Amino acid sequence: MSQASAAQSPWQTARIVRIEKRTPRVTSFFFKLSRPFVHQAGQHVDVRLTAPDGYQARRSYSIASAPESRGTIELAIERLEDGEVSPFFHEVAAIGDEIELRGPLGGHFIWSASDGGPILLVGGGSGVVPLMAMVRHRALQKSAAPAALVFSARVWDEVIFRDELIRLDDRRDGFDLVLTLTREPAQRPSDYSRRVDAAMMVQAMERLPKAPTLAFVCGSNAFVSAAAQALIDADMPADLIRTERYGV
Amino acid sequence: MVTRGFGSGRRPPTDHDARIPPGQYLEQGFPVLSAGPTPRVRTEDWSFTLKHGPRPIKKWKWTEFNALPLTRMTRDIHCVTAWTKFDTAWQGVLVDDILADAGIAPPTAYTLALSFDGYTTNVPAKDLLDGKAMVALLYEGKPITPDHGGPARLLVPHLYFWKSAKWLNGLQFTERDEPGFWELRGYHIYGDPWREQRYSGDP
Repeated sequence: MSQASAAQSPWQTARIVRIEKRTPRVTSFFFKLSRPFVHQAGQHVDVRLTAPDGYQARRSYSIASAPESRGTIELAIERLEDGEVSPFFHEVAAIGDEIELRGPLGGHFIWSASDGGPILLVGGGSGVVPLMAMVRHRALQKSAAPAALVFSARVWDEVIFRDELIRLDDRRDGFDLVLTLTREPAQRPSDYSRRVDAAMMVQAMERLPKAPTLAFVCGSNAFVSAAAQALIDADMPADLIRTERYGV
Repeated sequence: MVTRGFGSGRRPPTDHDARIPPGQYLEQGFPVLSAGPTPRVRTEDWSFTLKHGPRPIKKWKWTEFNALPLTRMTRDIHCVTAWTKFDTAWQGVLVDDILADAGIAPPTAYTLALSFDGYTTNVPAKDLLDGKAMVALLYEGKPITPDHGGPARLLVPHLYFWKSAKWLNGLQFTERDEPGFWELRGYHIYGDPWREQRYSGDP
């Protein structure tokens, strides 16, 4: 179990080295760390912005990149219209800028290939970000742990990491991608077009060779409440379900 | 370090700055955070046990607990995820009144709050006494919803809000300051928002 201690994770500066638009509302920022660390898939960093008059704003962002991406981390930041940090990233931040961050943080919502599986990942919107780190870590480790990702997005064009996820799904190496669109028809035969529910969770579990040993659920509070309840209704024991929520 | 281009945009109102601890921002909503699914605890199944180590001192059922003196507390609360919410209005039973009903003085200097879902968090006994903390039963005059920790949650508003354990079912006095769930996972052993004690090793 990781210990996110301040001694191990002081504030550091990180330089933006790449910016990639993922969806209309989500852009990935790649940070080269001045003090490189190796995180665990699922962990987050705290980001701190400072104005000339000393005013500071800080937010937590999950790391999208795998632990294997040593020295550089990817944060996929969703633009929130009434935010003060995400609009800065979307409108102002540029390659070469230095940003203060500390991490890696969080010792519960984490998965390592050595933990094994099967695992069931359930993400809503940008809640897919920490799950993406797990999926990438699994692929890079050539882990045999079966994994299914149920990813709920409003529309096809808001499926963050879509092409990469479909490529990983096509490898048929024990990773299964289940997309569900809440405001558009399904685009792939095996996908859904509705909100997550117990029947969907049962079918996702059936894609795994045996019952999952852990489930990770991340998204808005409303999404996580609904998805966690759907898992419980699908007979997943509550103590095997780990959640991470954001928003009000 | 000044961030290039930051600070000219939207900023929260500053007229309440003295009430916002360092690194926090003012939140109007009431975000929900938890490590797992929301337990649905029925009041008929609910109980609260006061313990000294493994030994139960007294156990209350829901109706018995609700017969204890109710106190109002309206306080600002501070979550380690950086939101602060002003003037949250609670009613519940002060830890002082729980101890009085059990007829004991604090037997040790430390406690662990215990929850139905297995969650634990450690709080020094002195931080629970003298009107500083309660077992809250009502939020804004209504039963606390399951998402916010109902039927009953601990309320220790002067510490980061992970210390205010949801779905509370017991309080255990311990000989040592024993780290709880998040404290074992990298969060600060005490958690004073005014000293910004977020993670273990923070001063």
